[in-house]
Amino acid sequence: MSGDLRDLYQQLVFDHYKRPRNHHALDDATHHAEGHNPLCGDEVTVWLDVADDVVRNVGFEGGGCAIATASASLMTEAIKGRPVAEVQRIFDEFHRMVTGKENGAHGDLGKLEVLAGVREFPVRVKCATLAWHTLHAALERESKSVSTE
Amino acid sequence: MKLERGVFAPAAVDVDRVRADFPILAERVNGRPLVYLDNGATTQKPRVVIDALASYYEHDNANVHRGVHTLSRRATDAYDAARVTVQRFVNAASPDEIVFVRGTTEAINLVAFSHARPRLVPGDEIVVTAMEHHSNIVPWQLTCEATGAKLVVIPIDDTGALRMDRAEELIGPRTRVVAVTHVSNALGSIVPVARIVELAHRHGAVVLVDGAQAVSHVAVDVQALGCDFYAFSGHKIFGPTGIGVLWGRAPLLAAMPPWQGGGDMIRTVAFEKTTYADPPFRFEAGTPDIAGAIGLAVALDYVAGIGLDAIAAHEEHLLADATQRLLAIPGLTIVGTAVDKASIVSFTVDGIHPHDIGTVLDQEGVAIRAGHHCAMPVMKRFGISGTARASFALYNSRADVDALAAGIESARRLFA
Repeated sequence: MSGDLRDLYQQLVFDHYKRPRNHHALDDATHHAEGHNPLCGDEVTVWLDVADDVVRNVGFEGGGCAIATASASLMTEAIKGRPVAEVQRIFDEFHRMVTGKENGAHGDLGKLEVLAGVREFPVRVKCATLAWHTLHAALERESKSVSTE
Repeated sequence: MKLERGVFAPAAVDVDRVRADFPILAERVNGRPLVYLDNGATTQKPRVVIDALASYYEHDNANVHRGVHTLSRRATDAYDAARVTVQRFVNAASPDEIVFVRGTTEAINLVAFSHARPRLVPGDEIVVTAMEHHSNIVPWQLTCEATGAKLVVIPIDDTGALRMDRAEELIGPRTRVVAVTHVSNALGSIVPVARIVELAHRHGAVVLVDGAQAVSHVAVDVQALGCDFYAFSGHKIFGPTGIGVLWGRAPLLAAMPPWQGGGDMIRTVAFEKTTYADPPFRFEAGTPDIAGAIGLAVALDYVAGIGLDAIAAHEEHLLADATQRLLAIPGLTIVGTAVDKASIVSFTVDGIHPHDIGTVLDQEGVAIRAGHHCAMPVMKRFGISGTARASFALYNSRADVDALAAGIESARRLFA
């Protein structure tokens, strides 16, 4: 098996794919949005409880492939309890990392760095960013659904 | 000496020889020999087709039906000859029944726009099946919106076969158009078109057949099928992209208004009144894809040279082999198990999303399709978001089936 494939599918990715964290709707969500990937038909809904500009709780439903599900799950862990401005910064850094923009240079993203291998698989970038674009839409209070196209 | 048909069994496909005709099959992908199993999406091109395109541009390129110069005559002759080749390939009554379009999608839209829209009124019904590609659903939904007609859907059973009992109930006196696929792109099911035609014609409805997935696998004889329109794409039968065919019965085409205006589709133009050319030119506004039509004709000749009977027999073996090999893989489910089926194997594997299967296979040089295959209603019918799909063509071999099975096993090990 190629090295690239091992970089893409690391153990932590499988862990979050098979046991996704915060994989549920929030009853008291202040924000939510739906996203879908028209390429494969995958859908994800992201729920947020935001108060005083802090993401106090987050959950997601749906998902899809290992990359999309693990990315959503890791995302919820990374942003829970963080100020909205900080969440925006993580979104930007994550996006740079998986798309390889600006040579993929990014600040410390902790566990999220397990998804850095995605940039070697351009057709899978949309899988990794689906939940993140949906998060972005939720924070902007966009009622419409987003698409990765 | 004239040989009678049926005296000899169809010659078997010599896969090694056929493979040598397709330059791309020598390609290496991710360090491995290419195993191309995405023929349902598009097929690869034999050397003769690639050469025909280059030769046309190197020696004959000119616009058709206008110039007095030699090149224009050569281009026109080749373009017109391509239409005759298509006519013979589908056994149409006349080359005038062959309209060159961009592909199946455009052909269906042409019929929806020029045949259906002017005729349909509220209360009329357009019948499709639950296994249609989006391109044989959306044009009819647009037609329904524009005319007030209603879309009626014939369901499929758990194997992916069309429910003919329901077809008999749903095709009725209100039915004006029946639009069915010949072969399902997502499931492989073959639709009994002749029986659908019989039902539709009993009620005076016209039948359009989406032949995109069928033409490279089964011999198509439009007169024997009895349908009224037949659409297919060149690129799914080893021809170029950007060229396709709408076959229509002459009286139906003659009664249809133009759908795009421009050069080549007119008889005379005056600001007071313009008169239109007869079919097929009425529906071919503007400079056509001349090279594409020529390339398509070469592709059809190539297929005819091998013989669709031989191709069908070869693919039937591949399908049986692939089905048996894949069913032996734990957790693998084949979606689409109709008795009458073309060489398409859609499948899911427990715990592994089709996209992930596709990525792992790609790393081993195996190209398949993963997703909903532009047939989201089919996926919904089976309660899944997508499948992995291997679709076979005449150049695929048992070694390709081995590579597919080995790749799926790799994915299972990775995801264990």
